[in-house]
Amino acid sequence: MEGFNNILTMFRFLLPGLWVTLSVTAIALVLGFGLGTVMAVARVYGGPLSSRLAAAYSIIVRAVPVVVIIFILFFVIAAFVDLSPFLSGALALGFASGAYQTEIFRGAILSVPRGQMVAARAIGMNRLKAIRSIVLPQAIRIAIPAWSNEVTLVLKDSTLVFVIGVPEILRRAQYASARTLEPFLAFGAAAVLYLLMTFLASRLLDVIEQRTKLMM
Amino acid sequence: MNDRTILRIDKLHKSFGSTDVLRGVYLDVGLQEVIVIVGPSGTGKSTLLQCINLLTKPTGGSIWLEETEITAPRADVDRIRQRIGMVFQEFNLFNHLTALGNVTIGMTKVLGMKSNEAREKGMSELERVGLSEHAAKYPAQLSGGQKQRVGIARALGMDPHIMLFDEPTSALDPELTGEVLNVMRKLAVEGMTMLVVSHEMAFAREVADRVVFMENGVIVEEGPPDEFFATPRSERTREFLRIIGSSPGER
Repeated sequence: MEGFNNILTMFRFLLPGLWVTLSVTAIALVLGFGLGTVMAVARVYGGPLSSRLAAAYSIIVRAVPVVVIIFILFFVIAAFVDLSPFLSGALALGFASGAYQTEIFRGAILSVPRGQMVAARAIGMNRLKAIRSIVLPQAIRIAIPAWSNEVTLVLKDSTLVFVIGVPEILRRAQYASARTLEPFLAFGAAAVLYLLMTFLASRLLDVIEQRTKLMM
Repeated sequence: MNDRTILRIDKLHKSFGSTDVLRGVYLDVGLQEVIVIVGPSGTGKSTLLQCINLLTKPTGGSIWLEETEITAPRADVDRIRQRIGMVFQEFNLFNHLTALGNVTIGMTKVLGMKSNEAREKGMSELERVGLSEHAAKYPAQLSGGQKQRVGIARALGMDPHIMLFDEPTSALDPELTGEVLNVMRKLAVEGMTMLVVSHEMAFAREVADRVVFMENGVIVEEGPPDEFFATPRSERTREFLRIIGSSPGER
């Protein structure tokens, strides 16, 4: 009875961290999605300047460890703009994920058959409309499997915001471990939570993938 | 320009790098005229069509559609393309949209029609190509012939002044070409101005007002189908017809 009680107490203690983890991940994914689609479009369809800028963003950001980006945002940029640790962490993760999502969407855009763009232009759509109404809706469907992988990566990378003191799951687990001297219980519970989230996210995206599947 | 001329192509040139694909093409198309362009592959027939709706930029010469010079440097390309319907060899239907969605997306996104109006017009265009009962299907659920008919309906939905067909039946199994040619025949009867690149000689003989033979980037010979097939003037045309005549494509 005692042991069961401990486990339950542990999960209850970690629960507020679960919301923090989920919100950090959600903000990062949404920001990364916006950055990723815009940068991918710039890379594929942009002029020489914008495609080079987008390529530089993707190459540089992917070369720098995420934790370094978090530190830069929190210690350098947050000195000028008022940013909470929570927001610094979420934005830094989103900025990093955007670079990976740029590559995901770039590949997806390139695998939309060229004739789609040609046909869209032939009925009088301008480039932007053709990209928005014809190419991107197909590219996003193609990108779902790779994007689903990115979701699990961002979910796990969200533990890194722990270094600037955001009270997410890992931070609270470490605190609990120090207090109770039961690291296995604390970190084991944290691991179970990550496993559950990753599993549920993948299942959800599988369902979305099946529902929106393009038959080509 | 003659009243009845809707499209005038003057000294049209197109080169890709050092390869000259079109080497001075002259062609006037009259209102409601049906012209079938024939010729060996790689002689610039498809490039000619792509130049007419500016999917490829000509390197020289000019093209006039009604009163507009569409090759002028500041021509409004998107607006011009709305007046020119294009049907592709590979159909190029939008894969993420239903048959009806394919027909209406140009109406809503380009012409700014309301979605219920577009729906109604889209259904009548599908009716016109005999596919109204397939409106809710996606391209992957349609046969090749049905896809191409949706492609024709999509182009018709923009109320084009002229329709360009780039080998519309070449990607189809022989038993499916008939349904597409029937739709085209019907359009011709309704008075649509059509420029058709095709290897369907029977169709050319029956439907065309004029047959144009192209080779090596120029028009070698043109004339009404009876004359063109019965008494071709140039040696090259005779040879082409002889080769085509022995191929199984002839019916």
